[in-house]
Amino acid sequence: MSALSLNPLYRLQFEKAQDCYVLLFPEGMVKLNPSAAEILLQVDGNKDETAIVAALRAKFPDAPEDMDADIADFVAKATENNWITHG
Amino acid sequence: MAKPQPGPPLWLLAEVTYACPLHCPYCSNPTELGDKTDEIDTQTWLDTLSQARELGAVQLGFSGGEPLLRQDLEMMVKHASDLGFYTNLITSGIGLTEKRIKALKEAGLAHIQLSFQGASPDINDLVGQRKHSFAHKQKIARLVKQYDYPMVLNFCITATNIHEIQEILELATELNADFVELATVQYYGWAYLNRDELLPTKTQLEEAEAKVNAYRDAQTSGPKFIFVTPDYYETRPKACMNGWGSTFLTVTPDGTALPCHSARMLPLQFPNVKDTSLEKIWYGETDFAYFRGDDWMPSPCKTCEEKDKDFGGCRCQAYMLTGDMHKTDPVCDKSPNHHLIQAAIAKAGHSQKTLVYRDPKNAIPISIAETE
Repeated sequence: MSALSLNPLYRLQFEKAQDCYVLLFPEGMVKLNPSAAEILLQVDGNKDETAIVAALRAKFPDAPEDMDADIADFVAKATENNWITHG
Repeated sequence: MAKPQPGPPLWLLAEVTYACPLHCPYCSNPTELGDKTDEIDTQTWLDTLSQARELGAVQLGFSGGEPLLRQDLEMMVKHASDLGFYTNLITSGIGLTEKRIKALKEAGLAHIQLSFQGASPDINDLVGQRKHSFAHKQKIARLVKQYDYPMVLNFCITATNIHEIQEILELATELNADFVELATVQYYGWAYLNRDELLPTKTQLEEAEAKVNAYRDAQTSGPKFIFVTPDYYETRPKACMNGWGSTFLTVTPDGTALPCHSARMLPLQFPNVKDTSLEKIWYGETDFAYFRGDDWMPSPCKTCEEKDKDFGGCRCQAYMLTGDMHKTDPVCDKSPNHHLIQAAIAKAGHSQKTLVYRDPKNAIPISIAETE
């Protein structure tokens, strides 16, 4: 698997007024739920999907078994939306 | 009944000047362009940006007119970017040089939206009334990508250039745009003055949209095309500004705060950032809050089950077409004034008038009563 990077068209940032992370892009914004934000925070251009799962397991040891599947779903969706790129 | 309390203003549109080197007849700026000496100064803008960010605004558009005509633009971009805004420059590209593109990048500018008036020098330079602007815009588009900005190209589509749609799609791809707005213009300001000449026919629109869809279907990469149809051909009004005073805040060159960039035409008294804090403007009880909620709604909106979807449509459109800003937007086919839209559509493609190009000398003077 190849490393995941945030598409440079998008900027991830925490917004105090909305108390959540948002993805900003030309004239637009996506509000992220806490899990989506945690996954995107791991997308650093170095880790592939397996490494991201491992990092989140380490950070949230009590997370349910199906977290891996949820991450895979989100990565697929984020790829389709062009938020992240592979390799 | 009290008006609903809004969330934070997420979008600030900073119209830093109405001055512009182009003279597009579809410009949405007011036909009363005002006086350049009324423009608010750098410090007032910087304070306004700080206050907006504090209220929770995150998207910031520098617009106009042509924002590049403000020599303090780089300073404003730097301040906004330091505050954490996502900064968008909405420009014609006239006045942009490699030096300024670089300086704006260093100041933290996040994105450049560049307008084109056509896909050929003949049409582009005619619509903007400026020679060699097409060649310049192409050069600027390449520099914008060279400096790694996300780039949106905005093509304002009217009856004058809609026949170039295929060439527009190809040009945008060649220039490596990220997003492309194919925006059939809305009829405000100068565009309303020229509506009969600018409104494409339904056939022209359908042909253009079919070409866009075919091009999109064949794409494997390249720009994302967004086709915006004019609301005149819809049967329900647009959810104007996502609801009055719900999301957007515009500050005009003289500091007037508006719920949208056209609202200045309405017979209301809007507050000004020179003497009122943005917090008071956004949350207070001035005319800025006039159309919040649905208490103001007339029939058929009042009892309409879609009123939460389109909020009764556009107040400016209702005012321009019916003379009463409280009426249902005539775009809605439930509006008793819908025939006004149908009459405008019937005129499309048949106008014998000539275009009025946006020019201070064509500007409609603010009427001043004179005594003899």
